[in-house]
Amino acid sequence: MLSKLADSTPAMPGLMLASAAGSDSQRTLYPYVTGTSVVGIKYKDGILLAADMGGSYGSTLRYKTVERMKPVGKHSIIGASGELSDFQEIMRYLDELILNDNMWDDGNSLGPKEVLNYLTRVMYNRRNKFNPLWNSLVLGGIKNGKKYLGTVSMIGVHYEDNHVATGFGNHLARPILRDEWHDDMTFEEGVKLLEKCMRVLLYRDRSAVNKLQFHSETLINVNDKLLLLSTAFEWLSKMPKFYTHKQIAKITEEGVTISQPYSLKTFWGFSAFQNPTVGAEGSW
Amino acid sequence: MTKQQANWSPYDNNGGTCVAIAGADYCVIAADTRMSTGYSILSRDYSKIFQLADKSLMASSGFQADVRALQKVLAARHLVSYLSFIYQHQHNKQMSCPAMAQLLSNTLYYKRFFPYYAFNVLGGLDSEGKGCVFTYDAVGSYERVGYSSQGSGATLITPFLDNQLKSPSPLLLPAKDAVTPLSESEAIDLVKTCFASASERDIYTGDKLEIVILNASGIRREYLELRKD
Repeated sequence: MLSKLADSTPAMPGLMLASAAGSDSQRTLYPYVTGTSVVGIKYKDGILLAADMGGSYGSTLRYKTVERMKPVGKHSIIGASGELSDFQEIMRYLDELILNDNMWDDGNSLGPKEVLNYLTRVMYNRRNKFNPLWNSLVLGGIKNGKKYLGTVSMIGVHYEDNHVATGFGNHLARPILRDEWHDDMTFEEGVKLLEKCMRVLLYRDRSAVNKLQFHSETLINVNDKLLLLSTAFEWLSKMPKFYTHKQIAKITEEGVTISQPYSLKTFWGFSAFQNPTVGAEGSW
Repeated sequence: MTKQQANWSPYDNNGGTCVAIAGADYCVIAADTRMSTGYSILSRDYSKIFQLADKSLMASSGFQADVRALQKVLAARHLVSYLSFIYQHQHNKQMSCPAMAQLLSNTLYYKRFFPYYAFNVLGGLDSEGKGCVFTYDAVGSYERVGYSSQGSGATLITPFLDNQLKSPSPLLLPAKDAVTPLSESEAIDLVKTCFASASERDIYTGDKLEIVILNASGIRREYLELRKD
C-alpha cells in the first residue's frame, strides 16, 4: 500500500525516498556505462554531429566502439551522452514513435523539431517521477529545407541554437563554436571546426577517446550519378587512400550518412610538456 | 546500510530576469534572452515571454523545463476541455487578463508539494483596456500591481522601479491603484535602463532584451542588445 502511494503520487522528495523497499531499487540513482560529449553544428546543407565512440564504466574505458549517434526517421539524427542503456531505451521509444508515424501513411513525417519536442516531454516526465533517463541528447535534422538543431538535458531543459554540445562540450567546445561558427559553412569547413572541438575535448576530457564518429546526410554527384552519400562512402572506402578510422555524421535534405570511425592526429611534443617542472623545481 | 540518497536534483536555475509595467492604456512586458546553468551560458537567444491569450502575456524566469511545462498547461487550459469546462468555447470569448491571472495562480498551487520552479510576471490589458500586471511566487501567491520584476535581477531592478515610476508604491495601505502615469515611450525607455543596469551586476542577465508592448492597437516587439559577458 505504501509503495503504491509512493509510486503514484511523487510528492515530497523525502516521502519518495522513505517508501517501502522494492520501489526504490527501480529508480535510477547514478549512471553506470556512460558516453561523453556530443557536439553539433548547422552548416550550409544541413547538420553535422560529432561524438567519440567510447563507453566508460566509471574511470575504466570499457567499450571502444559505441555508436552514440543514430538516424531517426527520415529527417533527423540523435546523439546522446550519459548512460548508454538509457540511450538504448530512448531509441526503442523513438522506433515506436517513427513506426506509428509511418503507419498513418499520410505522406507526412515527423521533423526534427517534433522529435525533439517528444523527447523533451519524455525526459521531463521521467524527471517528474524521480526516475530520470540519465542522458543529454542532441537532435539535429532538416525538413523542407529548414535546418533544426536542439538539445535536451536529463531534467528536461531544452533549447535550440546554431551549435550545441553536451557535457564537457558545453565548457570546451561552445566557446570555440561561438568564436568561429558562421552561417553557411561548407561541409569541409564544418568538419574542420568540429574536429578542432573534438581535439580539444580529447586533450582535456579524461573520458574522451580518440575514435570519432561523424554523422551526415547528403546527395553527392559521383560520375554524373547522384548517390546517397552512405553508398558513396562504401564505394570510396574501397579506394586505398580514403579515411578509414573516422566517423562523421551529417544530415542534409537528402538523407543521413554516417562515416566510418577514424582518429584525430594529436601532438604531445609541446616544450612545456617535455619538461613540465622546469619553472618550479620539486613539483610534479 | 544507510538508505541511498538521490545525487541529482530535479531542479535547476536557468536564470534571467523579467519586468512588467502597467500604464493607463498599455502594458510593457520585458525579459532578457539569456539561458544559463551554473556558470555556463546555454543560449543567448531564448525567449521567456509567452502569449497566453489575446490580451495576456506571461514572462517567467527560473527552471526552464518547468516554465515550458507551465506555459503548455496554461495554453491547454485556455483552449481545451477540463472537467467539461472549456473556457474559450463555453464563454465564446478569450480569457481576460484578470481571469488568466487566477488560472495561473490555481495552476501553480496545484503543484504546491512539488512546485513549478517558475517566477512569473503576468502582463496585459483588463476588460476596460487599462494596463494590468500580476506578480507571482513559485506556488501561486499573487496580487495585482502597477509594476513588478522577478528573477535573478529582480533585487537590482525593483528598488529602481520603486523610485522612478512615480506611481504609488504597491506597499501602501490602503492599496492605491499603482498604474504609472508615464507615457508608453517613457516606460519603454525605463525598462531598457533597468536591464542595462541589471546586466552590469547580475551574471545571469544579459545578451539581449525582448520587450513586448501591448496596447489598444495590438502587440509589438522591440529588441535591445545587452552586455554579453
